[in-house]
Amino acid sequence: MTVTTITDAQLAPKDYASDQEVRWCPGCGDYAILKAVQKACADMGLSRERTVFVSGIGCAARFPYYMSTYGFHTVHGRAPAIATGIKLANPDLDVWVMTGDGDGLSIGGNHMLHVLRRNVDLNIVLFNNEIYGLTKGQYSPTSRRGTRSPSTPLGSIENPVSACAFALGAGARFVARSIDTLQAHLIAVLKRAHAHRGASFLEILQNCVVFNDAVFEHITGKEFAADAQVLVEHGKPLVFGKNKEKALRLKPGSLTLEVVDATAADILVHDETNRPLAQLLATLEPPFPTAMGVLYCNPAASYEHDVYAQPGAAQGVKGGDLDALLNSERTWEVLP
Amino acid sequence: MTSTVVRPPQRESRDSVVIRFAGDSGDGMQVTGSQFTLETALAGSDFSTFPDFPAEIRAPTGTTFGVSAFQIHFGGGDVMTPGDAVDVLVAMNPAALTVELNDLLVGGTVIVDTAAFTERNLTKAGYTRSPLEDDSLARYQVLKFDITKLTADAVKPHGLSSREAHLCRNMWALGLLLWMYGYERTASVEWLKKKFAKKPLIAEANIAALNAGHAFGETAEMTEHLVGYTVPKADVRPGRYRTITGTEGLAWGLVAGLRASGVEKLVFAGYPITPASALLHTLANLRAYGVVTFQAEDEIAAAGAALGASYAGALGVTSSSGPGIALKTEMLGLAIATELPLVVIDSQRAGPSTGMPTKAEQSDLLQAVHGRNADAPLVVLAPMTTADCFDIAIEAVRIATKYMTPVMVLSDGYLAHAAQPWRIPREADLPRFPVTYRTDPEGFQPFLRDPETLARPWVKPGTPTLEHRIGGLERDYDSGHISYDPDNHARMTKARADKIAGVARDIPEQAVALGEDHGKLAVVGWGSTFGAIHRAVQIARDEGRDVAHIHIRYLSPFPRNLGDLLKRYGRVLVPEMNNGQLVRLLRAEYLLPAESLPKVTGKPFRVTDIAQAIRKLS
Repeated sequence: MTVTTITDAQLAPKDYASDQEVRWCPGCGDYAILKAVQKACADMGLSRERTVFVSGIGCAARFPYYMSTYGFHTVHGRAPAIATGIKLANPDLDVWVMTGDGDGLSIGGNHMLHVLRRNVDLNIVLFNNEIYGLTKGQYSPTSRRGTRSPSTPLGSIENPVSACAFALGAGARFVARSIDTLQAHLIAVLKRAHAHRGASFLEILQNCVVFNDAVFEHITGKEFAADAQVLVEHGKPLVFGKNKEKALRLKPGSLTLEVVDATAADILVHDETNRPLAQLLATLEPPFPTAMGVLYCNPAASYEHDVYAQPGAAQGVKGGDLDALLNSERTWEVLP
Repeated sequence: MTSTVVRPPQRESRDSVVIRFAGDSGDGMQVTGSQFTLETALAGSDFSTFPDFPAEIRAPTGTTFGVSAFQIHFGGGDVMTPGDAVDVLVAMNPAALTVELNDLLVGGTVIVDTAAFTERNLTKAGYTRSPLEDDSLARYQVLKFDITKLTADAVKPHGLSSREAHLCRNMWALGLLLWMYGYERTASVEWLKKKFAKKPLIAEANIAALNAGHAFGETAEMTEHLVGYTVPKADVRPGRYRTITGTEGLAWGLVAGLRASGVEKLVFAGYPITPASALLHTLANLRAYGVVTFQAEDEIAAAGAALGASYAGALGVTSSSGPGIALKTEMLGLAIATELPLVVIDSQRAGPSTGMPTKAEQSDLLQAVHGRNADAPLVVLAPMTTADCFDIAIEAVRIATKYMTPVMVLSDGYLAHAAQPWRIPREADLPRFPVTYRTDPEGFQPFLRDPETLARPWVKPGTPTLEHRIGGLERDYDSGHISYDPDNHARMTKARADKIAGVARDIPEQAVALGEDHGKLAVVGWGSTFGAIHRAVQIARDEGRDVAHIHIRYLSPFPRNLGDLLKRYGRVLVPEMNNGQLVRLLRAEYLLPAESLPKVTGKPFRVTDIAQAIRKLS
């Protein structure tokens, strides 16, 4: 193995790629996400040796193999638990959890709930393609009602979960959404997510070209995007449409949003520290525009920070006197 | 009391005695037993204890299912078990009497609080009339005292409410029993002062009750059965001693193992489950010793967090009982596949499923050795005694870090709570096995094996230029990259098996615990049944029988000489608290016609159970 030392600031996106051949289906949205992550890493000058990508099972879970950082491909749904252990052992590591809608919201839903609630300092990226890809196309917990799949030949009769609403409900303090094809936006949001201390949750709408092609077309299609997406930015009015002619505001006398003309009075200005607003934005669905960007960001001390900040925190091997521990409480001497 | 007689100093002598304190969950029987144990220890006797408490947290008072008991066997000889039969039963209410009387020896002593034998309590216990007023206790020596009133009188000067006064009854009983065996009260007085430091009135009242119970024995009107005894000191190795429970042994052993390995941190991740939770509680107080505890959202996450910690270079430890270990199975597979150290402690209980959570069993052996998908070998160890929990925990850390493997430790509900005296080691005398993390990039491959141990290198993320990826997918023997190559999978399967099998070269040969290394019969046990088997074999040998005791601490892999050793006996008998698990492993491994002696009542073996079985075979 040849060793070359490169200072982190000099690293280009390709330096974050491992020597492994990428094996996603041609045209898969995951390629775009990999590219965006490698670009974001280079832009931020992340140290490869301090960075760990952790994943569970699924197409998205192949991600760590394609990064030149440390990586741990674990078991289905459990990446948040393993990542928590990594942060407890070494809070200085920069840990990412790469997951999907099945991995993170079905088999690993419980772990996702608790890792967000605890606010472990992790960058959690959930690839939502509304389908189980690796197992060949069964419906997932984010699939819409009526989704036809090998396991739902008559169409799914289950109600889907909203990833961002779930994260907010679990107490996440950073919740964002982007799209695989929205490269510049995705890179910017990835950087925001990484800058956030505590658990950051980023949902990426990702197209599965084989089993669920064009499932987000009504949001991402060029001809629909302007009307079907509202790009939220802190401190900016919540406007959308080709000419930013439409806006969101609270429907008078109710706790719901309505679409009004951008010139109307009382149009909403995005406040990413406002949790109720984030909940409203997270759950918007057609005919409303889908909200993209940082829906909520309100940092607080992370879990592992508080673990080590508690009095008497682990002080390493020299911290305690073992002989004193073994001789604590009552002892007695047996003489020869 | 009509007269006060100071007793003559003569006491009767007993080699060893078994006392069982029994009462309502709220009567403080566990505390009473623990304090009696401490005074016993300080007086120099050997002892073994067995707490038996109900599954219900606060069962309705006076009910049979709310009875909590604490048994102690103490004396000068080799006290190896909590005792088969009870010499003295302290029954604080009718429910305790009816539940525990079966185990009292004919001619044994039963001490009751007459005030608790009310119609209401008798009905709850299922008595149609008071056993104190007919001849149903004729086979025993019954000492009837109004402990409630005697306690109330003693604590009166301290101005307690009648409820508070009632709670001092256990200390009165403790005082009386301490008098009976000629033990001191100093440690108990000290303990009460400390426990009730913020409520000095309660402390004083309890001390008054304790002293009153003691004085009652010393000065009460002579009753023919209230006799004082002396129990000899044990002949044990000189040194400093303390009491130790299995839980303490495991917790302190893990800390000692951490130090011995030089690993900076121990991350212990658990999920509440009876009877394993006590270990989480104990370790949660050891932060100054490099321990970080994490109560995870479930058993799976606990195993995952522990494995993640090991991946990051700490010592990951997780713990549970049978049903929780079942949930961790998937993560054990990942630990085996990625070859990371992990210590897993299983406090076994009666099953299947929820089973009897507070009752001990040894029925997870096959789960530990074989209970995973695919060919997934790991190391399995089992402590024999509460003191051995300390040594086994150190050994688990040594093997896990040296061989980069999960190690399962099979404790049980009995060991977790039982206590024995323990000769305290000095840290300087404990083993050392410093871990080396790989930092050298020259020729680095994540799965390149040490030729001797077959262990792969342990690399801490954060180490420059050693960035690599690992996971549950099969990997190439050389490069560690994902591989579906058929020959490679066969080679890796064999490498994983050989690595664990090779641990046998690095552990002691199987010794014979008692008797010769050949003969007519070997009684082979594992885990917490050590004391009962040992005593039974001792008795059989005293009867002139050709029998030996072999106790296995290393269950996977077995010690390298075990097969040859067992073949030197005519017959092999395997007593275990399950329906026959070690016996299957021995038969499968060595093609031996080993015979099973199962016990699945949720209670530990009695010495007589095993002694009788030995007599049939020898």
